[in-house]
Amino acid sequence: MTGSTLYDKIWRDHAVAEREDGSTILYVDRHLLHEVTSAQAFEGLALAGREPWRPGANLATPDHNVPTTNRAAGIGGIADPIAKAQVLALDENCKRFGIRQFEMTDIRQGIVHVIGPEQGATLPGMTIVCGDSHTSTHGAFAALAHGIGTSEVEHVLATQCLAQRKSRNMRIVAEGALGRGVTAKDLILAIVRAIGTAGATGHAIEYAGSAVRALSMEGRMTLCNMSIEAGGRAGMVAVDDTTIDYLRGRPFAPSGAMWNAAEAHWRGLVSDADAVFDREVALDAGAVVPQVTWGTSPELVLGVDEAVPQPEQFEDPAKRELCERALAYMELTPGVPIASVPVDRVFIGSCTNGRIEDFRAAALVLQGRQVASSVTQAMAVPGSGLVKKQAEDEGLDEVFLAAGFEWRDPGCSMCLAMNEDRLYPGERSAATSNRNFEGRQGYRGRTHLVSPAMAAAAAVAGRFTDVREML
Amino acid sequence: MRSFSRHTGLVVPLDGANVDTDQIIPKQFLKSIRRTGFGDNLFDAWRYLDEGEMGMNPNERRIDHDFVLNLPRYAGGSVLLARRNFGCGSSREHAVWALLEYGFRCVVAPSFADIFATNALKNGLLLVALAEEVVSALFAHTHANEGFSLTVDLPAQQIAGGGFSTRFDIEPERKRLLVNGLDDIALTLRHVDAIRAFEQDRRRRAPWVFEDAPV
Repeated sequence: MTGSTLYDKIWRDHAVAEREDGSTILYVDRHLLHEVTSAQAFEGLALAGREPWRPGANLATPDHNVPTTNRAAGIGGIADPIAKAQVLALDENCKRFGIRQFEMTDIRQGIVHVIGPEQGATLPGMTIVCGDSHTSTHGAFAALAHGIGTSEVEHVLATQCLAQRKSRNMRIVAEGALGRGVTAKDLILAIVRAIGTAGATGHAIEYAGSAVRALSMEGRMTLCNMSIEAGGRAGMVAVDDTTIDYLRGRPFAPSGAMWNAAEAHWRGLVSDADAVFDREVALDAGAVVPQVTWGTSPELVLGVDEAVPQPEQFEDPAKRELCERALAYMELTPGVPIASVPVDRVFIGSCTNGRIEDFRAAALVLQGRQVASSVTQAMAVPGSGLVKKQAEDEGLDEVFLAAGFEWRDPGCSMCLAMNEDRLYPGERSAATSNRNFEGRQGYRGRTHLVSPAMAAAAAVAGRFTDVREML
Repeated sequence: MRSFSRHTGLVVPLDGANVDTDQIIPKQFLKSIRRTGFGDNLFDAWRYLDEGEMGMNPNERRIDHDFVLNLPRYAGGSVLLARRNFGCGSSREHAVWALLEYGFRCVVAPSFADIFATNALKNGLLLVALAEEVVSALFAHTHANEGFSLTVDLPAQQIAGGGFSTRFDIEPERKRLLVNGLDDIALTLRHVDAIRAFEQDRRRRAPWVFEDAPV
């Protein structure tokens, strides 16, 4: 008999029963909620006369809609009445159903995928779901974590379970060392480029190899975060010392004797040496250079030293058509070096790159430098109130402000532009977020995804540039 | 849940791979706290020439008459024909709500994104996955024949129209859910004793999962 993968183990640990329809009932340890995908679920729950199965499993915070200025004003500070109603609905639902919420003015408020790990509410071996596709972030802790729709949010509230089919196993192995100025973001963009936006559909990904082992927890979260951009609902990394060291002392993490018992269990959350994966992909981490997306799909990626492609370079007619459409939308000319393309706005933040390490990396580039005068706006948006505080304790806010960046309050912000932070028609951004879809950051806006260091470099140069020359 | 058995409807060909849920329903419409009111904003940035906001009257907006949904020959269409990886991106169930509210009952494509497929299932929107070359042939047939309709028979797993006919695969559990329009939560709650017993056991095996942080 062959061994089990990490995914197999967590799945087995949570399988409750088989339903009549053949799906597996999977127990959910942790459920994260935010304002945009929960209201209809709470309404459905109330209409059916149901109560949350285990209120303590839930943790809520408003993040998608909240403004990133004047946080002290709380909900009253939300100018958009429709957004305000949604944040109020979350607040009312949490109070009504006894669910813990980090409210807008709580220093622990932030992007749901930043605060879970930060609080230790994300623990190894857990099943974690949230009505947001970037829930895969939590897989960095060897948790089985993925996004769900609103109907499933209601299902989890009512039953503490999900009805699921098991995914196939996929392992992505990145061996070698990332070069100076090359980050987890560049690694995941290179992976999405290699396997495509549907490359991992139907699979749970495990990231492995020396390059992954060498990443901090922040880096591993960036990696797992964008699994969905490769089509994989879940991405995970096995437990090691880095995982354990990060969790020790976090508010929701166990302590004392229970910590010891937990750690002993967590240490086993690795794939067996003889585990078989349905699919394996290998990547040479040493060959990865800083990456910049050029198109309207996260798989349309270039190394910073490359030029915008010609449609004829794609053999697959569907990809060629995608390329043509993307060139038109992005208003780019084939053959132009990506490093010559100017940017209008720069956004550093999001659940992909809104953690302390990301602001440190950007500040390192910005130290003693200025945002180019041609750049309309450069914005730094910490992923949580605690990330913001830590950055300020380290003096990073002063580096950003001195360089000409705005230093904002936490939220999803310009990643999806549900609040006031956005691109205007025709504008081009360097963004550390996760999606470059048409209109994602604002109607007819043009998004280029990069690492925080590359975004800082673009802000200074006024165009994309190789950050390695600035380090 | 809405059931799906048989449906015959006009086919609307939406060309282009990787149609993401940001295109199906742009983010500004996700501020609603209701499950309805999304149909007018399906594919908003493609359907209209002006920037859409919540609450706008669709009759007062500038229509893009070249977009496939706006072509008179496809008015009233209820079977959407699409390319590979349809529904990728965000988990927003609003995308499925918008498709249904517009009038689509079925999407035919070579492949679908995982979360979108689950959301479709929970709302009775049937997704039919067919081989890439079959889908391409259907695109050609739809373009060439005005009024081309398809009949989708889920119990028989058959899709047919205009001399074309093929069987499609669907996981048995998804088929059963859709055909019977079962209440998904009620189906799980039939196992309430098993869930309770499992939870008790998990509490014993991994008590740290059930610890709450101090307020």
